[in-house]
Amino acid sequence: MLLDALASEPLLLSLRVAALATLCALLLGLALAWLVARTRLPGRGLLEALCMLPLVLPPTVLGYGVLLLMGRQGPIGAWLREQFDYSLIFHWHGAVLASTLVALPLVLKAASTALAQVDPELEAAARTLRQSRLGVFLRVTLPLAWPGILAGTLLAFARALGEFGASLMVAGSIPGQTQTAAMAIYDHVQAGQDEAALALSLAVSALSVVVLLASNRFLQARPIRRHD
Amino acid sequence: MLRRALLLLLLPLSVQGQELTVSAAASLADAFKALTPGFEAAHPGAKLRFNSAASGQLLQQIAQGAPVDVFASADEATMDRAQQFITPPSRRVFASNELVLVTPPGSALSSLADLNLAGVKRIAVGKPATVPVGRYTQQALESARMWQALQRKIVPADNVRQVLDYVARGEVEAGFVYRSDAQIAKRRVRAAMTVGGHEPVRYPVAVLQGSRQPALAQAFVNYLLGQPAQALLQQQGFGTP
Repeated sequence: MLLDALASEPLLLSLRVAALATLCALLLGLALAWLVARTRLPGRGLLEALCMLPLVLPPTVLGYGVLLLMGRQGPIGAWLREQFDYSLIFHWHGAVLASTLVALPLVLKAASTALAQVDPELEAAARTLRQSRLGVFLRVTLPLAWPGILAGTLLAFARALGEFGASLMVAGSIPGQTQTAAMAIYDHVQAGQDEAALALSLAVSALSVVVLLASNRFLQARPIRRHD
Repeated sequence: MLRRALLLLLLPLSVQGQELTVSAAASLADAFKALTPGFEAAHPGAKLRFNSAASGQLLQQIAQGAPVDVFASADEATMDRAQQFITPPSRRVFASNELVLVTPPGSALSSLADLNLAGVKRIAVGKPATVPVGRYTQQALESARMWQALQRKIVPADNVRQVLDYVARGEVEAGFVYRSDAQIAKRRVRAAMTVGGHEPVRYPVAVLQGSRQPALAQAFVNYLLGQPAQALLQQQGFGTP
């Protein structure tokens, strides 16, 4: 039964949503972490705080915010609808957006910490070898910071896998379309289908444990440091 | 100081002796709120508290031991499943309702067949497993031989008020609610038609076996059947039992 749950439609959708959300959060998080840790952009502290908000906000606030912006009557939602006849609401893309927002803080925090630990002298040395800023970032900074970033990314993936509240408000729980594992569990419990709820809960827990173990491994791997 | 603060956190929330918890189907929320002053005036010291959700959700809470005194469901089927938790002689039907197709204002939808149009992309329907209005909707659409064909368009909702909200926000092109819901939200949604082809919508109420105040709970059931409550329910769009 656990195996059935692991291969069930809701769990597969959860994996797909979480993977895409983690990818978006990683790209966005890296760019933001670089802005925060490596530039003197005014207001970068506020920017970081705003991006960290989903970590502490009630998921309902996040979901409501997305609805207000991306809903049919929201400014972005109305525009997307007019231009492309496209809507995130009640679409699994909406779940990806919500999961990206909740995963972003974990990538951002891990990446900015990891970037801050990279020795600036190594970057300076690379620049004397005529590397561009982007070249330094890709060839020196990122390779040194990657264990921390990867640990944060895996944590973000685990968080995205567990996303429920905001996604439910934005994407709904449409079986076969937007119903992720978390939502299927909710529906099973509401309907008193305890066996199905338990099987899916165990499957999600098992998967999350694996991801968290992997994340811890990478956290323990220390970045290469210069010998003093 | 710190110890006192900790103790305060651990204190139970204040519960008055005469507090009555009523788990009521989502569609009853406004009507029950409106009849609270009348009941509390007739029973000095009594305080009503409402727990509002889909009837199926309320049943699960009761089955798991929620401290509830009175249960009012939006269908007989859910009350039948609550049989082992209620005191059977207290069970009474106190209201009825109708199933209505609603749309955002300005829509031209006027029949069930219109739901097949390409312009109708999303239809909000209560989850049939837990939400009575969803079950009535499924019956109606099955009678019209449309349930299967419309599956791709259906957005499941947690309770009837969520259906109403989806329609009012314009996130769906249509939804199925009760006459009383459509009346409450008449400025935000348009009632397109009354839908038949389902069991009659009847609201049973009963006192729960676990009630700590069975006498007051029974008084509430009786109050629902009395003239003032009935007049108020009908004013809010409900039908006679």
